This record gives sequence, C-alpha cells and structure tokens, in this order.
Amino acid sequence: MAKKNTTSRRANAESMAAGQREISVSEFFAKNRHLLGFDNPRKALLTTVKEAVDNALDACEEAGILPDITVRIDELVAPASATKSGTYRITILDNGPGIVRRQVENIFGKLLYGSKFHKLKMSRGQQGIGISAAGMYGLMTTGKPMVIHTKPHKKKPAHHIELAMDTTKNKPEVTLDIETEEFPQTSSGTGTQVAIELEAKYVRGKTSVDAYLEQTAIANPHAKITYIPPAKASEDPALDQIALDEDCSEDAEIISIVHETTELADRIIFPRTVDELPPETQEIKPHPYGVELGTFLRMLKQSDQRQLGGFFKHEFCRVTPAVVQQIAKAATSKHKTITSQTAISSLDHAAIEKIYKALQSAKLRSPPTDCLSPIGVRQLLAGLLKGVKAEFYAASTRNPAVYRGNPFQIEAAVAFGGDIPSESQVSIIRFANRVPLLYQQSACCAFKSVAESSWKNYGLSQPRGALPQGPLIIMIHMASVWVPFTSESKEAIADYDEIRKEMRLALQECGRKLGTYLRRRQRMKRESQRRDVFERYIGEISKACNSLVGVDTQELYDALLKQAKRRTEIADAQLDDEGNFIKDKTNGRLDGDDGVLIIDRDNPSPPSPPSPPPPPSLTSSPQSAPAKIARSNPEARKSAKAKPAVTRTKASAAATKKKTQAESPKNRPDQPRKRSSIANKGKPKPRLRLGSNQGEGLFG
Amino acid sequence: MAKKKKTKKTPTTSRSSTKAEAHRRDRDTLTRGKLSELAQSVVKSSLAGREPKIEVPSRTLSNTRWNKSRKILQMGNACQERQLFNLGQAKKFMQTMLHANGINNLIEADKTLSLRGMFYMGLHTIQGTKNEKTFDEQSESDTVLEDMEVAIGSLREELHIFAKKAGTMVGNITIIDSGDEINCRKMGSGGYAIPSIVEPDVIQFKDCTADFILHVEKNTVWSRFNEDRFWEKHNCILTEGGGQPPRGVRRLLHRLHKELKLPVYCLLDCDPWGHYIFSVIKQGSISLAFESERLAIPDAKYLGIRGMDYERCNLSDDVQIALNERDINRARQIAEYPWFKDHKGWQKEIKKMLSNGFKMEVESLITKDISYVTETYVPERLARQDWLS
Repeated sequence: MAKKNTTSRRANAESMAAGQREISVSEFFAKNRHLLGFDNPRKALLTTVKEAVDNALDACEEAGILPDITVRIDELVAPASATKSGTYRITILDNGPGIVRRQVENIFGKLLYGSKFHKLKMSRGQQGIGISAAGMYGLMTTGKPMVIHTKPHKKKPAHHIELAMDTTKNKPEVTLDIETEEFPQTSSGTGTQVAIELEAKYVRGKTSVDAYLEQTAIANPHAKITYIPPAKASEDPALDQIALDEDCSEDAEIISIVHETTELADRIIFPRTVDELPPETQEIKPHPYGVELGTFLRMLKQSDQRQLGGFFKHEFCRVTPAVVQQIAKAATSKHKTITSQTAISSLDHAAIEKIYKALQSAKLRSPPTDCLSPIGVRQLLAGLLKGVKAEFYAASTRNPAVYRGNPFQIEAAVAFGGDIPSESQVSIIRFANRVPLLYQQSACCAFKSVAESSWKNYGLSQPRGALPQGPLIIMIHMASVWVPFTSESKEAIADYDEIRKEMRLALQECGRKLGTYLRRRQRMKRESQRRDVFERYIGEISKACNSLVGVDTQELYDALLKQAKRRTEIADAQLDDEGNFIKDKTNGRLDGDDGVLIIDRDNPSPPSPPSPPPPPSLTSSPQSAPAKIARSNPEARKSAKAKPAVTRTKASAAATKKKTQAESPKNRPDQPRKRSSIANKGKPKPRLRLGSNQGEGLFG
Repeated sequence: MAKKKKTKKTPTTSRSSTKAEAHRRDRDTLTRGKLSELAQSVVKSSLAGREPKIEVPSRTLSNTRWNKSRKILQMGNACQERQLFNLGQAKKFMQTMLHANGINNLIEADKTLSLRGMFYMGLHTIQGTKNEKTFDEQSESDTVLEDMEVAIGSLREELHIFAKKAGTMVGNITIIDSGDEINCRKMGSGGYAIPSIVEPDVIQFKDCTADFILHVEKNTVWSRFNEDRFWEKHNCILTEGGGQPPRGVRRLLHRLHKELKLPVYCLLDCDPWGHYIFSVIKQGSISLAFESERLAIPDAKYLGIRGMDYERCNLSDDVQIALNERDINRARQIAEYPWFKDHKGWQKEIKKMLSNGFKMEVESLITKDISYVTETYVPERLARQDWLS
C-alpha cells in the first residue's frame, strides 16, 4: 500500500479484498468431506448409518426409552462395476422422542448445530456435525434432499419434511413440509425416521455397516437393532469376514422362530439382551485441570457471576471455598488484594494469569464420575455373548480416571476360543461412548495399549511390539464426557498417557483371567490325556486278568475305569490346590467372578472306550468316592485337603450356572435362550464348565 | 550182554525222563500258581477301589549286594512298584499283565517260545485306539519278561521262554540234550550250539573226561582253538559266549563247574568289556543278580590277555587300540565295583591298562604266530598258574 509499485503487482489489497469473504462451515466441510468420514463411497455409507444410529440411540436414552432401531439400506442403482459406486437409500427409524417441528431444520440441515457440544456430558455425538454432514453428502452426490419423518407426540400427526441445504450459507432449505398420519408403528408411539439417498458402495467385511451394527449391538445390549441389508450385497473376498454370514443366517432363523414371520427372513435382528437403560449421565461443569488459559479468560468474561468465589462455584466443579481462598491468596500482589469477594471484572490480565496458575497447582479432587455411564461388566459379557461365539469371556471395568480434567472410564473385555479364527492376529473392537470405531485402528490408543501389553504372560503368543495372536477378540470401551478423537470423523482415540495406562490396566485385568483360564484348560487337557492313557490300557488288563483268573472282564473294567476317572479328578484338584500360578487357591475364583463367563460349546465326546461301553454308574459316584476314602483312610487325610476342592469346584460351578441364568436378560426370557439353543443346533445346550479340554485353537 | 545192557539202560533213561517230566509238571503248576496270584492281587485291589500294583524287585546297581563271603552278586530287597495309575508305568503295567497271560497260555500248551516269539505273541493293536501297539519293539517285551522273572520269582526257563542261542562248546564230554546223546568230541568245526535252557531236565552230563574248561570271548578265537585241537591236546572243554555270555552259556559253565568240579579259565580281551565279562562269569551280573547263585563261578580264573602282555610277549605296536573316553570311564567304573575294589590284582591290572593307554584283543597274539595263543600263550599261563582270580 505504501509503495508505489503495487500496481505492477498481480493484485493489490483492494482487489484482494474483493475475493476475501467468510467461508461457511458447511462449504468448508463440503470440500473437505474426508475430515467427516466421507472419503470414499464405502465409508460414506457407513458414516451415514453411524451418525444416524448414534443420534437415534442418544435421543432414545436421553428420553428414557429403550432403543428399538431399524436400519434399512436399499440399493437403488447397483454399482456398475466393482470399482464404481452405486446409489443407495439409507433409512433409519427410531422409537425416540421425536423432534419438534421448529428444530428439524437446525438439527438436520445445519452443520455444527447440536445440543451436545456445549455440555460436558457423555453422549455419542459430540460436535453436531454428523447427520447434517451426511445429508449434505447425499445432496451433493445425488441431488436428493433428506427426507425426515418425525413424530414428537403420540396423538398428533407426524411431520414429513424434505430438507436440502445451502452449503454457502450453512442454512437449511425446506423443500417439502407436510403433516402426515403415515408413520411407522414404534413401541413408544413417537420417533424419527430419516432417509438419505447417497452415492455409496455396499461391501461386507471388517469395516462394513454389518460389522458396525454388530459391534454397536455388543456395546448396546439394551438396544434392539433391526438391520435390513441390501438384497444383493456384493462381497469383497479381500475383506476379512468375522463370521458375519453365519451370524446373518442364524439371526434370520431367530426371527423365523421368535416372530414366526417368514417374510422377514431378509433381515438381521440384534436382540435386546439387557432391558435396563444405562443410567442417565449427569452433565458436569469443567474441571479446572482441563481448562486452558484462553478458555479460562473467556469463561471469566462470559460468566454471570460477579465475584471470584461465585465464579468458581458456578463455572467449575471441585473448586471448594477453601481452594478459592488459597488461590486468591496466591494471586494477591502488592497492588491488589484478591479475595473470593473480589469482582472478577476488576481483575487484570496479570492477576488472572496468577489465579490460573494457582488453580492449576492447587490440589483438587477428581471430577465427579456420575457423568459417566460405563457399559458394565455384566452387559459387556451379555453383548459379547450375543455377538461372538467363544468359549471364554472376561470383562473388567476400571474405576473412572481423568485426563486433562475430563473424567473417563475404560472397560475391556475379551472373548477367547470357540468360533474365533485362531491363526490370525487377535481382532480388536474399539468403542468410544458405545460407538464402534472401525477405521484407523493402528492410530488408536486402544490398539497401542493392546500391542504394548504383554500377552505372553497370559498364554498367548505375541511377536515383539505387535498384536498377540490367537483366537481372541479384545474389546475396549472408553466412556468419557469428551472423547479425544484424532479427527472429526471420530475414528481413533487420541493417545493420552492417562488413557493408555487405564486401557492397559483394564486389559491386564482381563488378561489375567484369560491366563488363569488357559492354564486351567491346559491342565484339564493334560489330565484328560492322562485319563485317556489309562483308559486305553484298562481294557487290555481286564482281558488278561479274565483269561488268567477268570474274573469278569466287564466288572474289572468298570472298577478300573471308575478309579481312572477318580484319580484324574483328584490329581486335577490337587494341582489346583498347589497350583503355582493361581495365587488364590480356590477354584471358585474364576467361576465365581462376575466378569468371567465360560461356555462349553463343544460337544464333549467321551473318549471311546475299548470294547465295553462306560458304565452308567460312573456319572453318579465319582464325587462320593474320594470323600469316602478321606473318611475311612486316615492316611488320606493329607490329601483330604484337596478333596473338598472337588466338591467346592462343583458347587461354585453350579452357583455360576445359576448366576448366569439369573443374569440373563429378563425382558425377553425366551429369546436369548432360544438363540443359544439355535446357536448350538445339533449340539447339546451350552453348559458351563470349569474348563474345556476339547477346545480347539491355539492349545487345542 | 550188549542186549542186556540195552534193556537195562532203557528203563533207567525212561525213569529219569519221567522223573524230569514230573518235576517239570510240578514246576509248571507252581509257576502258573504264581501267575494267577499276581493277577488275583491286581483284580482284588481293583475291585476294592485300590490302585493295582505289582512289586518288582529292582534290578539296578544300587539294589545289587556284593556278598563278600560267597563272592557273588546278590539282589537286594529293594522293590519298585509298578502302578497302573502312573503315566510312566501304565503301559508297562499293561504289558506285564499281557505277558503274564501269554506265559500262562504257553505253559498250558506246554510249549516254549523265544523272547522274540513272546514279543509277537503279546503284540496287537490296543482296542479303542487308532494305531497304538501293545509293544513298540522287542526290547520293551524283553524287559517286561525279565521283570516278570523277578516279580514272581520264577526263572526264565520256568516261564517257558528261551533266548537266542549264542555260545559254542566242544571238548571231551558227552551230553544228553532232550534225550539225544551228543558227543562233543565229534562236533566238526562248528561245535555244539549251547541252548538257552540247559537245566538238568533238558541236558544231562555223561562221560566227561576233561580236566578243565577254557572259556574264550568270541567265536573267532574259539575257532582257532578248535582247529588246533587244543581241547584234545590239553584234555579240556572249550566254550565261547559271543562276547557277554548269555544265560545258557553261563548256566552250563556253572553246572559243569559245580557238578563235574571242572575249573574254569577265561581268555578274554584286555579291555574294560573283557574285564566285565570275566566279572559277570565270576560273580554274576547286575541285571541278573537274582540268579547269581545259579550262574556265578566265583572260582573262575582270568588267563589273559593281560596289560603286561605287550611287553611280556614282545608284541608289535600295531596291536595297540587306543582307549577312548568311553573305555577309560568304563574302566574307572569297573575299578570302583566293590568286587574289584578290594582286589589288588585287578586294581593293578586295570591301572596297567589305563597307563598303557591302549587295549588289546586276543587276536593280537596272532601277530606273533598264527597258533601262538594255542601253542604257547595259554599252555604257558596254565603251566605257570599265571592268572588273575
């Protein structure tokens, strides 16, 4: 400007100013849609479903309604080839409270509009970008507006609204707004249905809608999710399928059995296994440790409070009057004495900085944790049980912890064996506030915490610095009022030391249980091998004795077999009692643990005996026999210590059995049980056992 | 007369054979009784819910006692328990019962089987398994049978089992083997193959004019002596045991020594194995310590080869075979055996061999002259009474 030769330049400030204008948020994201998870057609489909389902679940929970969500994907135009994308319509229906008419545009048509951003409260959505971004993406790729049906009142008709979006203005445009009586029947009588048409691609696999919904069902056992996939799902053989097909067919069967409606055989229902809503989370005020100076200044400026004491009391949590006094004292200088009565408007920048520093160094209690709603050990197990067919499940919930002043809580669960493929690395399923995270696994804190835990201690093989290997599924859930994602598309949890440490501890807790189980299983296997050896020779001995002294072959065989069984059982119990690895000596530890579920899915085929079949009496008496010995033989008293363990084991096993039955969801008492009987069609009902010696996989 | 003699003779042999027959029948009944006792104890404890066990006296060095006064090895009282419900012993237990039954059948049929035959008799796939055999190899069967002998206190021949023939005899003696008269003076170049069972009911001695027995280690040496008609010239019996002499040979030597009062002289290699062979002949072996009384010849003498023979006979360097690590260890081990330890002569002999640093075979004397050993070495030793006892 000051120089003369500016005119010779390509532009001057004035001309530049003509091109300088505000960028609308929606415009920005329209250009940078990968930031929101719309990088490719496959992901776009998932992200859209994900945002809609998250919103639906949040809305239902906030309204205290048990979620019942239907996800439907219709293929309108099939992809021309494997590399091209097609056109799909995604319809999500929930039984939530509905949305009042005047808010529909804002919620669905405006980016960065939401109820959750300003609250420190645990919820799935955070920024209020998701669903509107999905609508925007649909509009951009197909030109079709978002179609919303919402019914906020039971008695009143539903609204039918079609919504386009002006990206330049971040403003919604309503293209159709009518009232209609047509609204699908929902359990609550209210609800919302959103339909978005978009260019996308449906592929099954690890990062598919199917996997997302399956995992959502695991983390939300209180929700019932019905999924109607595209009729002709293209399969990508390159993608790993976690037994999805099987699950589909099985669930289809459930429908046909439970509801007996054959025309619905095209869908997958993830049933509700727990009929309690997660406890309502409380909104909390910021904790001083998580507030930066700039934020602190803004808060001071915006506060309605006049005095320092009042400011701290109303804007923060965990700042007691005593702490305020302490801070005030620390901030007091020669020029100005600061107390809790000091007006905040009178504070200059230097004083504020002092106050801030004192605040950060003050000893404060951790933020309250009633703002968190962990899934809970029982529900974790219930969720895993329904999604994964394994033989061993363990879960643990850590106590809440804090990162940057935000309370958070880590939960972990593992499922081992069963149908989980054993050759590959373990699979990790990650959740943040009950939302599955499917992408960017290796960037996620959860992944790192799994890799850095030493799984060798728990009986798994693990290459250095990598994931362990074996038939294992690890689940990690982070619940927090503010989950630190690495990007707006919410795919990976940022790597905070505090978070990673908690994750590691939770994993270790599960790992220890798994280790105990695996060692026990190995021991059981050894014992059963021992038994096999004895059983093999008993037949020969019986025959030889028969020939030598004319004793009845069968009688001798039975007697010896009985002894063989008893002996291997005793040896087992003794091993347990002096077991070097199990610190607490009771067998009941694993079985009595709420966080552990052991299911014998294999048909424990009895080793085929030599010529004579095993006697029926065997099953009835092996317990009483050792007890008898202990009584009659004083020398056996030494080992008598071990013998109660046998009975104890049985008792605790029975207790566990009872417990698990009691634990099983009450709301549909028939359904899960039916499911399990279906799941083990042709096999005996899954029964709880101390361990499985028939397990296949790593140690099988 | 001749006629009369003949008629006289027949009844005596038949009488003795019926006597032997009766003796054998008694013995068989006894053995079978022991077998069924064994089975009965297993059955009894099984039905009572106790662990079936078989007590087997342990055939180990630690359970071998050196009877100083009788100068033989004897088995101690230590017993091993063979338990069914012990992973390491279950199979052996089964095999023992299998063989007990097999032997019982054998006795019932009044047949004898070789060790290998027993192995095959007991061999079959265990029922209920894919491919597990009752015995993996013959050695398993052999040890089970040896255990059986000690477990029920019956000798191998009482169990109707014989080993492979290994051992040859020739000399001034006539024997009756299963009723056949065998003149050991007319055995050609092959000699009489000593059977595994040489008990009085199988072999009787008749018409022995020999003065002593010369036992040599191997067949090659024995052939040398036989070809040179050594036994004729020196009026003796010449035997050979194919290295470590089997039980049949040892039993026969023992019987010849005891019943016919013939001294036994041994010509063995100058190496730890030769020394041990002598020890086995003289005081019995560790694994068959329970039979020492019927096998050991405490008065047996060791003629050679001696460590000093290298200088004494002016042998060439070529005959030296260097002692290897194993030989040295074995020699030291033998020197520590209680029956060698207090024997100054043997301590000296072993020391001499160790200081020589080499061993010598009997054949080494051939370097002097083909018949040096038969014409000079042995007659000289015998004449000078130059031996180790």
